[in-house]
Amino acid sequence: MDYLAPITIEEAVGALASTSDSRVFAGATDLIPQIRSGRPEPGLLVDLKRIDRLTAVTEGDTSWTIGAAAPTSGLTENIAFSRQFPGLSEAAGLIGSDQIQNRSSLGGNLCNASPAADSVPAMIVNGARAIIATPDGTRTITVDQVATAPGHTSLEPGEFIVEFEVDKPPARTGDAYLRMTPRTEMDIAVVGAGARITLDADGNCTEARIALGAVAPTVRRVTDAEAALIGHPITDDTLSAVAAAASAACDPIDDKRGTIAYRKQVAGVLAKRVVKLAAERAAGTATENGAH
Amino acid sequence: MSRTHINCTINGDETDFLSESGGSLLNALRDDVGLMGVKEGCGTGDCGACSVLMDDRITCACLIFAPEVEGRTIVTIEGLANADELHPLQQCFLEGAALQCGICTPGFLLAAKALLDKNPDPTETEVRYALAGNLCRCTGYDKIIRAVLDAAEGIRASATSGDAA
Repeated sequence: MDYLAPITIEEAVGALASTSDSRVFAGATDLIPQIRSGRPEPGLLVDLKRIDRLTAVTEGDTSWTIGAAAPTSGLTENIAFSRQFPGLSEAAGLIGSDQIQNRSSLGGNLCNASPAADSVPAMIVNGARAIIATPDGTRTITVDQVATAPGHTSLEPGEFIVEFEVDKPPARTGDAYLRMTPRTEMDIAVVGAGARITLDADGNCTEARIALGAVAPTVRRVTDAEAALIGHPITDDTLSAVAAAASAACDPIDDKRGTIAYRKQVAGVLAKRVVKLAAERAAGTATENGAH
Repeated sequence: MSRTHINCTINGDETDFLSESGGSLLNALRDDVGLMGVKEGCGTGDCGACSVLMDDRITCACLIFAPEVEGRTIVTIEGLANADELHPLQQCFLEGAALQCGICTPGFLLAAKALLDKNPDPTETEVRYALAGNLCRCTGYDKIIRAVLDAAEGIRASATSGDAA
């Protein structure tokens, strides 16, 4: 394997175009274990971390821009970001140990295309957009359009994600992400659930986004659960409707982490809890953190 | 396999070495630089035995391609003690019998140093979370956690007495 660390996006695009046998990487926390477990080695490794835009985390007037290769520890340690997006910050902070946190990135978590990627439901409920470098310039798609199947993305060969844009939340809005794992750390989600809830002054839900991870080939928006909330306060009745819709939306697999029936059940429970936490944050009454 | 010439700072010394461009920092440190304190456990970032500090951040050397460290600053376990004087963490691990076979110890010490540099007064829970990326198969975690808390207390005490002097 040859190694290249371009310092501009154009250089990186050119390097990728120079051979079909190339692979971009950020933290390599998925790439190296995959190579060690027998996946073919790429001929050319393209390290994106020396490109300033790829590792910058910037607060603008109305949105944040997060470099696709920025380490997730830089998000969890960013107080302003974590205050505005507690759910996204906590989700990013669940990816592995401190050792991994200093290397793992939102771009890598998304493009590895694991159905269980923790940051992806949290990005999707926040409406994050991916800016993609292509040989012809850049294009922008929403994060839910990136992963197409486990291990597969909609990116063409030679393309890579430069950064994510995420708009600042409107007033009385909260986000949250919860996951179910047998252990508290260093584990992969059996089910993950992200939510972003906006309330009006009377406590009725005006906007809801709910997304589930690890219960389908890609992260799944649960529009039926969202519809059950709109126009209503967050009560036991509306939360029960959310849980039922979340369980019904699942299309999980049986594996060592959980059975189909278990995942459906847990998806309902987590969807309920994550909506409740996001709504408490929206109302300014949250007392607990989603993560530790 | 192509070899790359790499310049970086290791344990305070400017160092250059030749390494396989697709090889890991772990193998480079052991085979090309000769620092055997960094251990290989799982090789996939789960066990933390190969933990090193890169630009003051705790990382797994097995998950870093060697050429990535060009221009970076690396600290391995060989750089923790101050000449013959052990780091308080090392001293507390010794006194508290917080090791048996020792394979995991360099990684634990560096992960603990990264924590205490950032948070000199951690709770037990914070220590446990900060060391979640390090696995020990013989001593168990209790003595390790206690040793880290003891070291933190000692470092705080000497910092306070230093201020007073």
